[in-house]
Amino acid sequence: MLKLEKRPQPSRFWTWLTPLLAVLITMVAGGALFAALGKDPVEAIATIFWQPLFGEFAFYYRPQLLIKGAPLVLIAIGLSLGFRAGIWNIGAEGQYIVGALTGAGVGLAFYPAESWAIFPLMVLAGGLGGWAWAMIPAVLKLRFGTNEILVSLMLVYVAEQLLAAMALGLMKNPEGHGFPGSRNLRQYESAHNAELIAGTGMHWGVVAALIAVILAYILLSRHILGYHIRLMGQAPRAARFAGVRPARLVLFCLGASGALAGLAGLFEVAGPAGQVSIDFNVGYGFTAIIVAFLGRLHPVGILLAGLLMALTYIGGEIAQSNLGLPAAAIQLFQGMLLFFLLAVDVLTNYRIRMIRREVA
Amino acid sequence: MTGELLSVSGLTKAYPGVLANDKVSFTLREGEVHALLGENGAGKSTMVKMIYGLVKPDSGTMAFRGAPYAPSDPHAARGAGVAMVFQHFSLFDAMSVAENVALGMENPPALRDLASRIRQVSENYGLPLDPHRTVGDLSAGERQRVEIIRCLLQGPRLLIMDEPTSVLTPQEVEILFQTLRKLTSEGVAILYISHKLEEIRALCDHATILRLGRNVGTCVPRDTSAREMAELMVGGAFAAPARAGGDMGPIALDVTGLSVAAPGQFGTSLRNIHFTVRQGEVLGLGGVAGNGQDELLAALSGELPVDAEAIRLHGAPVGHLDPAARRALGLLTAPEERLGHAAAPDMSLTENTVLTAVRRENLMRNGFLRWGAAEEFARRIITTFDVRTPGPATAARALSGGNLQKFVIGREVLQRPGVLVVNQPTWGVDAAAAAAIRQALLDLAAGGTAVICISQDLDELMEISDRFGALNEGRLSEIKPTRGLGVEEIGLMMGGAHGMEVAHG
Amino acid sequence: MVFGSIDPTLLLASLMVAATPILFAALGELVVERAGVLNLGVEGMMITGAICGFAVAVNTGSPLVGFVAAAAGGAVLALLFALLTQYALANQVASGLALTLFGLGLSALLGQGYVGIKPPRTPKLDIPLLSDIPFFGRVLFSHDLMVYLGLALVVAVWAMLKYTRAGLILRAVGENHEAAHALGYKVVRIRVLAILFGGACAGLGGAYISLIRVPQWTEGMTAGAGWIALALVVFASWKAGRVLLGAWLFGGVTVLQLNLQAAGLAIPVEYLSMSPYLITILVLVIMARDKSRAPASLGRSFHASQ
Repeated sequence: MLKLEKRPQPSRFWTWLTPLLAVLITMVAGGALFAALGKDPVEAIATIFWQPLFGEFAFYYRPQLLIKGAPLVLIAIGLSLGFRAGIWNIGAEGQYIVGALTGAGVGLAFYPAESWAIFPLMVLAGGLGGWAWAMIPAVLKLRFGTNEILVSLMLVYVAEQLLAAMALGLMKNPEGHGFPGSRNLRQYESAHNAELIAGTGMHWGVVAALIAVILAYILLSRHILGYHIRLMGQAPRAARFAGVRPARLVLFCLGASGALAGLAGLFEVAGPAGQVSIDFNVGYGFTAIIVAFLGRLHPVGILLAGLLMALTYIGGEIAQSNLGLPAAAIQLFQGMLLFFLLAVDVLTNYRIRMIRREVA
Repeated sequence: MTGELLSVSGLTKAYPGVLANDKVSFTLREGEVHALLGENGAGKSTMVKMIYGLVKPDSGTMAFRGAPYAPSDPHAARGAGVAMVFQHFSLFDAMSVAENVALGMENPPALRDLASRIRQVSENYGLPLDPHRTVGDLSAGERQRVEIIRCLLQGPRLLIMDEPTSVLTPQEVEILFQTLRKLTSEGVAILYISHKLEEIRALCDHATILRLGRNVGTCVPRDTSAREMAELMVGGAFAAPARAGGDMGPIALDVTGLSVAAPGQFGTSLRNIHFTVRQGEVLGLGGVAGNGQDELLAALSGELPVDAEAIRLHGAPVGHLDPAARRALGLLTAPEERLGHAAAPDMSLTENTVLTAVRRENLMRNGFLRWGAAEEFARRIITTFDVRTPGPATAARALSGGNLQKFVIGREVLQRPGVLVVNQPTWGVDAAAAAAIRQALLDLAAGGTAVICISQDLDELMEISDRFGALNEGRLSEIKPTRGLGVEEIGLMMGGAHGMEVAHG
Repeated sequence: MVFGSIDPTLLLASLMVAATPILFAALGELVVERAGVLNLGVEGMMITGAICGFAVAVNTGSPLVGFVAAAAGGAVLALLFALLTQYALANQVASGLALTLFGLGLSALLGQGYVGIKPPRTPKLDIPLLSDIPFFGRVLFSHDLMVYLGLALVVAVWAMLKYTRAGLILRAVGENHEAAHALGYKVVRIRVLAILFGGACAGLGGAYISLIRVPQWTEGMTAGAGWIALALVVFASWKAGRVLLGAWLFGGVTVLQLNLQAAGLAIPVEYLSMSPYLITILVLVIMARDKSRAPASLGRSFHASQ
């Protein structure tokens, strides 16, 4: 008989080993899934994890790693702050959309004027847009005590409708021959989030993600605010005893994660995506939840997890075109990863023991 | 008193790192009150959990009414005729008395019939209780009655009571003893767990004494002195705290007309509380659990907002300040719940120093934490208060109750508070650690700090406090000098026998 | 006037239909939460039920078998959640989210071959005589079996919680799991059963969307219905009767906005489509004051350590 036994303190060893273990189990289970779909499991796994990095066309895919990883890391860093404090913003997808809309909106409003100041203004507007969208669940929670999970999630659906309304209405390209979608910002130099070094995938969003990782690391490990965030999540009563004001943390955590998601949206719409369109959002806001947990809510972990998840996106696309693996299989693969991570997580705080049953 | 009811032989139960029970044997006769005596951590609770089927022994056997007895779960134990009143009540706050009783029975009748049977039994045994009231609204004594009636409705042969008097006033204790004597006269045996020696001498026919999981002796309590039993229990004598007797200074803390609405659905509102404490004085506040102790601590610590003028520290109003600001002014507190309130369970001891000491011990510069200084402070607490732990990097939850309590009290004491408020400072702590903590409080007072000790342990309060008051339903009694207070008077200050008049329905 | 073109009889009849999916899902979640477990994976279980029911109904030709399969599919997904939270003691919020993400992926994969297919029709039970009553006959007595099953389930859940021993024990576990354990009740087992029931209900709700309400399969077609069901449980203060009320309210809002879209109101379609979500937020705000009724152990992990 197996029995769980609580460890006197969390195991550092397992804290860092469980994500690797989860990835490994996911590879095995994913392989089984791909085999069930009639694909060669080894080839499929290799395509997803090996091809983008070291395959024939790696020169093309490696920059993609940064392009896809940056929004994931940026959003997940924000989410991790709240998750640590027990504040569950799961509407990052909505904040991402709204950030893109406000940021792109500023850019489009200036069109066709050219100025160095336009892009910084867009960045500011994107961050503010995401922040404002996240303030809705924050303020409702503080003022009325509503559940931030449900409100932030409902706002994703609202934001999606808003995106559609904008792509088809206000922001529609007047020279677009009636097609939905805005002007392409990549063709508007002052608003374009261009590659900083050609061929690397490095754009301002990547820079922002790296800065966010560093700042979050300092915040959580050295600053009193980070200490309060951790305390609130681990022992809310102790936090109030320490003099932490929960309202401030709610505003800070939701605000920060909203702003970062908004920034991610802006960098995406002004760069890789290029325009406001109905299908602009591809689920980064939800995948970032997986990234945050996979990275153990630790900034450095999130950086690695973001890159790994980006890898599965890119590898998944390759597998889709080369092996005919359905896109949904990749989505499922990512979902499985979070599942296994949560399952093996038990090893961090508990020890598994074999127990011989004795006749008493 | 006739035959053997329960015999326990060689019961052993080990948990990781502790041998909770080591080959314990004893027998219990029908119609007797048998005490299981021991310090915190001596293995009493584990023993009764095995008898009640909640924990399975690693080895050893039991026999009940002559037949082998190995209950697989509490249902089986209840079926055999064993009932238990828990120390931490196994009650459901949001449900009615009748529903709570039904949940503890194997084959409860329909709720309406059950309600009338509850009334009947409660009148028979002098334990008035309205079956339709919500349990969360009852006092601690009434809640215990729910547990007892739940047991009695099953017609048990053996009734286990785990520290039943810790939630009662002296008057209520007397009523409980009458009920128990009535039960034994009907042939029911009672296994009575306690560490209160006088109580056991008054009530019990036999006593089995446990120390560190072992049976270290049996005795007839009436023929044994409390001192002899204490030495068996603790395994030697140790020094009782000594009062240095410093001079009283001016008033340090002045609480005037403090009223707070209950924070939770089932909390207690504080009503118009007045008291003052002088520098160098120890004020003891007694009372049965759940009469506003937690709320008073929260109001003093700053967790519950109150009127600015309701609390004055050295003459200045502080009622409007948050916990951090009050600490900066020298008003420090240590709540009852160690894990999750006074300390964060998963954080290290170093991290836990920052919880309350960040300002007074200068553990922060421009918002950035000085972890080196925090670790040094943690080490200082560990050495000064003899906290047994591998080091400051250990998680708080890995410490034993007594050691964590020494750490928590030490963390506040070493910050040189002007006023220190503690709630249940020695609850669940072994005798040696309890003595050390009490001594630390007395030393602090001798150095000029005003100490407020909220506790449900009357012996403790009589030992260390200069003046005594009691909380009862959120009100504070008149405060009297401790010297010369009698048990009867203390009981009346605590509210006498709660709710005995509410035999409505 | 736009409202003139909307037939109130049809509106109310379709309200009953629109309310049914969230009614099932919310009733299931209600039982789960009364047992002290917060399963945020309703959306994932619903969509899995939607595709399981759809696929099986198409392949067997029987909507009834489809619904059974949907319940089974939802329950299997719920079992994963139960394993994670009750045995591996994972955080319930995170596990619920994982369940939703997983369910969305799984359903998309399973549903690959089913896009654009029509499912077998579920017959309407035109109750003789009653369905001929003017107005009420159309509104109340000419629906499919599932609508009535949903209403019956409301009564069953209400009676179970209020009058039966099983309901009493379930509430006890949700109220104070330590005390329930001390009295000898199998906390984990009871919770697992509740979670499975919740999964089966969510599956039925999902299949109702794909087999009757729409009826066809598209990826992500539950479109937040699972989340609305979660909000509904809060709105209902954990009471079965009020879940019905809430489901009708949301059904009404959904149907009304669809009708307004069809009637060509001068508001862009997107803004009307937002309304159910905005109303959900509004209702959450209004109901947030009544907080005392949440089961006291809701969302907390239980491990019988000693």
